[in-house]
Amino acid sequence: MKKLVMGLAGAATLALAMAGSAQAADKTKVCFMHVGPITDGGWTQAHHQGMEEMAAHFGDKVETAYVENVPEGPQATAVIERLARQKCALIFTTSFGFMDPTLEVAAKFPDVKFEHATGYKTAANVTSYNSRFYEGRYILGQIAAKVSKTGVAGYIASFPIPEVVQGINSFVLGAQTVNPDFKLKVVWVNTWHDAGKEADAAKVLIDQGVDILTQHTDSTAPIQVASERGVYAFGQALDMIEAGPETQLTAIIDSWGAYYTKRVQAVMDGTWESQSTWDGLVDGILTMAPYTNMPDDVKAMAEATEAAIIAGELHPFTGPINKQDGTPWLADGEVAEDGPLLGMNFYVEGVDDQLPQ
Amino acid sequence: MGITEAILLTIATAATPLLIAAIGELVVERSGVLNLGVEGMMVLGAVGGFAAMSLTGNPWIGVVAAIAMGALAALAFGFLTLSLAANQVATGLSLTILGLGLSGLLGVEFVGKAGTKLENISIPVLSDIPLVGPLLFGQDPIFYMSIALVIGVSWFLFRTRPGLTLRSIGDNHVSAHALGIPVLRYRYLAVMFGGACAGLAGGHLSLVYTPVWIENMSAGRGWIALALVVFASWRPARVLAGAYLFGAVSIGQLHAQALGIAIPSQFLTALPYVATIVVLVLISQNVRATLINTPAMLGRAFVPDR
Repeated sequence: MKKLVMGLAGAATLALAMAGSAQAADKTKVCFMHVGPITDGGWTQAHHQGMEEMAAHFGDKVETAYVENVPEGPQATAVIERLARQKCALIFTTSFGFMDPTLEVAAKFPDVKFEHATGYKTAANVTSYNSRFYEGRYILGQIAAKVSKTGVAGYIASFPIPEVVQGINSFVLGAQTVNPDFKLKVVWVNTWHDAGKEADAAKVLIDQGVDILTQHTDSTAPIQVASERGVYAFGQALDMIEAGPETQLTAIIDSWGAYYTKRVQAVMDGTWESQSTWDGLVDGILTMAPYTNMPDDVKAMAEATEAAIIAGELHPFTGPINKQDGTPWLADGEVAEDGPLLGMNFYVEGVDDQLPQ
Repeated sequence: MGITEAILLTIATAATPLLIAAIGELVVERSGVLNLGVEGMMVLGAVGGFAAMSLTGNPWIGVVAAIAMGALAALAFGFLTLSLAANQVATGLSLTILGLGLSGLLGVEFVGKAGTKLENISIPVLSDIPLVGPLLFGQDPIFYMSIALVIGVSWFLFRTRPGLTLRSIGDNHVSAHALGIPVLRYRYLAVMFGGACAGLAGGHLSLVYTPVWIENMSAGRGWIALALVVFASWRPARVLAGAYLFGAVSIGQLHAQALGIAIPSQFLTALPYVATIVVLVLISQNVRATLINTPAMLGRAFVPDR
């Protein structure tokens, strides 16, 4: 029932998004499909801001359209196909679960260009783009281990996909550089966006002795709960300082604008090619919110780590690293290749959780 | 505060919006009307409550606005299905879609704004009783309202004359009409009461549960409330039990995960829904007992003198 309604709602939103778009031959039409609402205060909003930045850069030369609240699954295919038929020259699909639908539709529309975020599959007209969120999470882990009194952090996770698993591993590896015995409790809520459930998970974790929260879901609810209960938390996708002025230590901020501008320019110039990009802190696709609510030495450590990652001196996944069961993964000094990272489906040693398979 | 108390409090917060929305829908369905728009009215209540609180700074005005918003949406539903005798299922579904869209539109300005939480009211002495004290006497005001609603609705339906009349309309609106009972008036009131409850449940979400406005923040709770009414076979006390069972299972699974108990999280997430289905199956084993409580006119339009 809910699916049906969501589908209908999606279709209605699509109709609305399409209604205002007059066709003009000299304009490049750029379209976006999002999993959440553009006002979610997190992931989707960050993409939408990126689109607005891009649109402001090109002014009259581009025309934009977007569809929000598209469920991951079969309906996504229909929505992408509609966008392709609406003469979009370049279509960005901004959720992991849109990967296969994007490829499916791309095969039918060889002249339309597609870009899918956070996946790992590409085609002649499908680019895969991603951000190295794990670089930020390594810094969060270090801060957490320094600031935490109980030595246990809580991680509110969405779905067991590589991007989220990378984040958990990177957080733990960062924390271990400060405190080798640091513990992490992981709760999977199986949703990107359900404020109530995220708040429940936050309360549960705090009740179980966690004094730092981090999340890989989209709402500000966990920060609110943390602030109510007097523990610290990290923001996700956007600077969430307003939700907890005395709670947020820092946040990983997604800044997609420059990337979108670059890719739209490539389409205009006719130089667009399928590629697989994975930018990080150094490219500015990912930035850290101001380090607040922490002692100066912790702040200095975080800044030093950030600088080292940007300078290329530090890669969070540098050996020796064992897998969770103790089997060796990376030898001393060995740096993880992108391939295994993008398909990461195992925990590193020290994560206190069973990875859902 | 011990962990048991903490768990119980979290469960109560999770169960309260479900309970309020379900108890309202129970009254609606007892009058023979099926309003599938609970989700829509709930999310409208959430945005209305948050907006009013944000503009006035007073969460109590937010509560009133949430109730009014839900009742207003229900009035629109009532006009279509009662006065114009439109199909209730289709109208209810449209109300949900309308509510989700309209609330997003109304809420644009309030996204990301910090809210003022409706403060808990601790009853002195009583709230110091170990274990049950904080749970029963140290809660948010809407929690107390939810319990009062269960008792009030139970008393009204089964101990008062208008309650009996309402049930008789739900069982046979033609006979009730022949007896001179104003069927549509009763149904309008029932539908608006249901809407007010759904609005209040939404207000609980945006004023107590997570004091923030986020689009689609009801996240399917309206549908769960609808299922709870059937689950409870239209009995108020069972709605209470069902809502808390649902809350307990959904919070329990989070605790199990945080304790590192190795059960697939997808299974755990599905558990509350599985529990609902199992209970529905168990209830339907006893056909006669279910039929006694099922309003016979559920979902059927009534046009006087036709």
